[in-house]
Amino acid sequence: MTTNLFSRSTPWDLRTRTLMTILACITFFAVIFISAWLYGEQGQVTNLGLRKLPPSWERPFGTDWLGRDMLARTLKGLRLSLSVGLTAAACSAFIALLFGLAAAMLGRTVDLIVTWLVDVGMAVPHLVLLILISFACGGGAKGVIIAVAASHWPSLTRVIRAEILQLRSADYIKLSRQFGKGPYWIARRHLLPHVIPQFVVGMLLLFPHTILHAAGLTFLGFGMSPHTPAIGVLLAESMRYLSMGLWWLAVAPGIALIVSVKVFDMLGNNFRALLDPRTSQE
Amino acid sequence: MFTIIKFLFLKTTRLALLIAAVAVLSFVLVSNSPIDPVDAYAGAAILNISPEQRDIIAQRWGVDKPPIERFLTWAGQLVQGDFGVSAIFNEPVLDVISKRFITSFWLMALAWSFSGALGFGLGLTAGAWEGSLIDRGIRIYAYTMASTPTFWVGIVLLMVFSVFLSWTPTCCAWPIGMSADQATIWQRLHHLLLPVITLSLIGIAKITLHTREKTIEAMHSDYAIFARAQGESTIGIVLRQAVRNVALPAVTLQFASLGELFGGAVLAEQVFAYPGLGRATVEAGIGGDVPLLLGIVLISTVFVFTGNSVADFIYQLVDPRMRKVAGSSS
Repeated sequence: MTTNLFSRSTPWDLRTRTLMTILACITFFAVIFISAWLYGEQGQVTNLGLRKLPPSWERPFGTDWLGRDMLARTLKGLRLSLSVGLTAAACSAFIALLFGLAAAMLGRTVDLIVTWLVDVGMAVPHLVLLILISFACGGGAKGVIIAVAASHWPSLTRVIRAEILQLRSADYIKLSRQFGKGPYWIARRHLLPHVIPQFVVGMLLLFPHTILHAAGLTFLGFGMSPHTPAIGVLLAESMRYLSMGLWWLAVAPGIALIVSVKVFDMLGNNFRALLDPRTSQE
Repeated sequence: MFTIIKFLFLKTTRLALLIAAVAVLSFVLVSNSPIDPVDAYAGAAILNISPEQRDIIAQRWGVDKPPIERFLTWAGQLVQGDFGVSAIFNEPVLDVISKRFITSFWLMALAWSFSGALGFGLGLTAGAWEGSLIDRGIRIYAYTMASTPTFWVGIVLLMVFSVFLSWTPTCCAWPIGMSADQATIWQRLHHLLLPVITLSLIGIAKITLHTREKTIEAMHSDYAIFARAQGESTIGIVLRQAVRNVALPAVTLQFASLGELFGGAVLAEQVFAYPGLGRATVEAGIGGDVPLLLGIVLISTVFVFTGNSVADFIYQLVDPRMRKVAGSSS
C-alpha cells in the first residue's frame, strides 16, 4: 500500500498527489535539520530554575532534570539519529549494488561467494550481528554507523542480483552480446539504467530499518555517550526518571522518532510508485 | 520416510557449514576489536590493578597469544562442545547460556504464540473485509507498529502499568530477593506479563500484513468466487476455503521470524531488566566478554536456523504439492 498524504478530493491526479507527498516528506526533514541547527547550543544549556517542567505551550516537550529544553534535545537527537541512519543506509545500499552486480556479472565462483555471504549475513539474528560488529569496531558513534552499514545489505543484494540475472537473459542483452559488446559496456549502458531505480528505492526503504536499528543499538548502550544525545540515548536516560513520573521524557522523543521513520517509509513507497513503470502512469 | 532422513541429513550438513563460517567470521571480528577484554572487564577498577596482575589475567584468558593460535584452541574446544569460560559470570559459557535461555524461552514462546494467533486472526479479518473500516483500522495499527521501536513500546507500558497504576512489577523475572526456583508460577507470569505484551504488540505487525495479503488473494481466487456463486457467505468462505490456504504461509513466516523475535527479546529484556539471554548478550557486548559473546552468536544462529528448517519441513509435510516437487527432483 502506498500511503498518500492527499485525499482524492483534491483537484490533483494521483501522480501530482504522489509528487506532493514526496515534497511534503522532504520538507519535514528539512524542517527538522534546519530547526535543530537554529536551536544551536540551546539544547545543551542547563537551567536549574526550569527543572522537570511538564509540557506546556512555551515548552511543548517539557524540560529534563537539568532544565534542558526537551524539544531542542529531541530535534538534535533526531538530527543525529537520522544522519547515522542515512549514512549507514547509503553505505549498505552501495555494498548491495556492488555485490549484486558482481554476483550477476563476474561468473559462477563470485556468484557462489556472494550468495553464500548473503546467507551467512542473514543467519545470525540481526540485533546480535549489530552488537557483534559494534563491539568489533570498539563502540562509539563510529561503531554504530559501521555496524548498521555493514549489516543491511544482504536483502537488497538479493533483489539486485535477481534483477540483473533476469535482465541478462533478456533478448536485447543477448543481441547486444552477439554484436560484440563487452561486459562492461553492457553493464554501463543496459544494466545500470535498469538497476539504478531499484537501487534508489531500495536505499530509501532501508532508511526506516537503519534508523530503528541505530536507535536500538544506542538505547542498549553501544556507541553514543551521554554527550552525543542521539534519540536512543535520550530514551535510555528517560528510563532512569520513569519512577519519578517524568513521563514526557520518554513519550515525546519516541513519538518524534516513530513519525520520522513513518515519513521515511512513505517517502520510499511514493518514490517506488513514481519510478515503477507499472504504477507511474496511474 | 527416506525423504525425511535425506532432509535431516542435508539440513545438518548445511548447519555445520554455516556454524563453521559464522565461527570464523565472528572470531575475526572480535579479535580485531580495539576493546581490550581485560580493561573492559575491570572497568574503573583498572587503576587498582598492577601490570603484573594484568598479565596474569591476560595469561589465564589466553589473550596474550596471537589470534591464529587462539582461534585454533577455541575451535578445537568448540568441536568438543566446550565454549570456554565466561569472564563476567565466571562460569562455563554453555551453563550461562542454557540457564539464561530457559528464562528467555518462556518470554519468547508466549510472545511468539500470542503474536502468531492474534496476527493471523487480524490478518484474516482485514483481508476478508478488504477496504472496510475494520480493515483500515487493522492496517493502520500494523503499519504503525512496523515503524515503532520495540523498546519504546516497552517503556510506555512500563510507565503506564508499573509506575502509574502499579499493577505490574518494574523489573526482573521474579520478586527481588528470591531465586528462580523459589518464585511461584503466578509470580513468574506476573513478571512476564509486560515483556510478553511488548513483544506481541510489535510481532503482530508482520504476520498481520502478510496474512491480509494472502487472504485477499484467496478471496479473489476462482474457488472463492465459485463458493460465493453457490451462496456461501463471506464468513463461510473465510472459514472453509481461505483459512487452509492462508494458514501455511503464516506458519512458515512465524517460524522464519525467530531472528526478529530474538532481537525483540534483547530490547524488551533490557527495558524490563529481565535476566534472560538477550540481557546476557548486551552484558557480554558491553563488558567485553568475548567467549560469551561468541557463544551467544553461535547458539542464536542455531536457533534461527532451526526455525527456518522447521518452516521448510512443515511446508513439505503439509503441502502435498511441495512433496511431489521434492520427490521428482531427487
